[in-house]
Amino acid sequence: MTTSDRQLERLRYRRRRTLRRAAGAAVSTIVVLGALAVAVLQSPGWDRVHATFFDWGDAKGAFPDVAQSFWLNIRLFLVVEVLVLIVGVAVAVIRVIPSPALAPIKFLAVIYADVFRGTPTLLIVLLVGFGIPALELTGMPTSLFWLGVIALTLSYGAYVSEVIRAGILSIHPTQWASGRALGLSYGQTMRHIVLPQALRRVAPPLLNDFVSLQKDTALLSTIGLVEALRSAQVISGRDFVFTPYVVAACFFIVATIPLARFTDYLTVRSLRRENGL
Amino acid sequence: MLRADAVRKSFGDHEVLKGISLEVSEGEVVCLIGASGSGKSTFLRCLNLLEQVDDGDIWLDDREITDPRINVDSVRREIGIVFQAYNLFPHLTVEQNIVLGQVKACGLSREEARATARELLARVGLSEKGSAYPDSLSGGQQQRVALVRAIAMRPRILLLDEITSALDPMLVGEVLDVIRDLRRDGMTIVMATHEIAFAREVADRAAFLRDGVVEEIGTAAQVLNAPREASTQEFLARFL
Repeated sequence: MTTSDRQLERLRYRRRRTLRRAAGAAVSTIVVLGALAVAVLQSPGWDRVHATFFDWGDAKGAFPDVAQSFWLNIRLFLVVEVLVLIVGVAVAVIRVIPSPALAPIKFLAVIYADVFRGTPTLLIVLLVGFGIPALELTGMPTSLFWLGVIALTLSYGAYVSEVIRAGILSIHPTQWASGRALGLSYGQTMRHIVLPQALRRVAPPLLNDFVSLQKDTALLSTIGLVEALRSAQVISGRDFVFTPYVVAACFFIVATIPLARFTDYLTVRSLRRENGL
Repeated sequence: MLRADAVRKSFGDHEVLKGISLEVSEGEVVCLIGASGSGKSTFLRCLNLLEQVDDGDIWLDDREITDPRINVDSVRREIGIVFQAYNLFPHLTVEQNIVLGQVKACGLSREEARATARELLARVGLSEKGSAYPDSLSGGQQQRVALVRAIAMRPRILLLDEITSALDPMLVGEVLDVIRDLRRDGMTIVMATHEIAFAREVADRAAFLRDGVVEEIGTAAQVLNAPREASTQEFLARFL
């Protein structure tokens, strides 16, 4: 079957319209970015700013140290992300289970979420970093690494538990009903039917919290961990330049991008599968 | 009033509509019958511009609405559609469901829109349910609300996509009553349906679709009672 002339004309028109819109978008982007660049480059202090923040030589000099200590940030957030997911799911599930026998634990879970979500992360880091070792309890970790991990897990576990709880509650009751109707127990329905859907639905806000977490590993410099920010600080204090901070910033940015793309991929995949798009 | 000419539509490699033509005059009720997958729903969605046709034209009076230069929102305001799965907005009350489109898309005042909603809800026997949320209603009630939501926009033509297929026989009756009522008021309707008896009763004309083509079209009495094509006869035999 050949395509009608009318349809060919429509296709031509749509193609032209797409091109026109793309051209418009490209022009407006170039104009806006160009104007911004001109404004910054023409500003009276640009030469000073350029020399202090964006010096290529300083950047190259700072790179090896910052890179080496950023490895610590990576190890920190990888460990914390896993623990935060475990804590978040556990607390969320405890809070939605309707069983009255769990009332005391649910009460604790509510208090945990309220307290640690309400306290600034920096305060938690300081309290855990200096408080726990001061207790001199046997068996408590004294390594700064694990103290940092505990502090961030406590803080972010509270955030993430609320995100996951919202996800669980957003799953339509008919899903619970059909799970239970198959003879699955409450726990099995939660594990195999509700949680998988809930986690997929909250993947974007969850990513948001993880990105925030990756950046907040820098807070651990306050209890003496020499991570990327701290080592940039050291170089900066020694040489009176700020470029090392920019180098550290770049590391943090680059570290969040794979996570962002991975979540995009997951979102698109589940849209395709479940809505046939 | 509405005219489709050789409409074609594919999803991937699967050609769902292989050149469907249909003409609907003012005040006429046309029903589309055919097995699931014959293209009835896709055709209705094309008429409402929810799907972009791959070829062919659709005309509303003397406007070609398949023209990419057309304002699709204004066309859709003249063509109402009701879906098999009701598709009410679950976060709004029944009345808000009906008011939203009138206010936001048609620019009516909130008071006018509310008055219309109340009047139409009374007509379909749901005066009490204005402040209820859709999920608290039965299927038949939800589908009546969906009909009211579409009618409240004062469309010139109403497309009904198997709107009773998800309902039990008790509830089907109350929904079909609403359609009878609409027909008495002279509403132009194109409906895909498996309710052959009801189609005999209300439809002026009937079209039998099979594999994305109109196999037979004629007056409802002729197509549904004395089909000429063997495929139509075979399909209808299953309903006896």
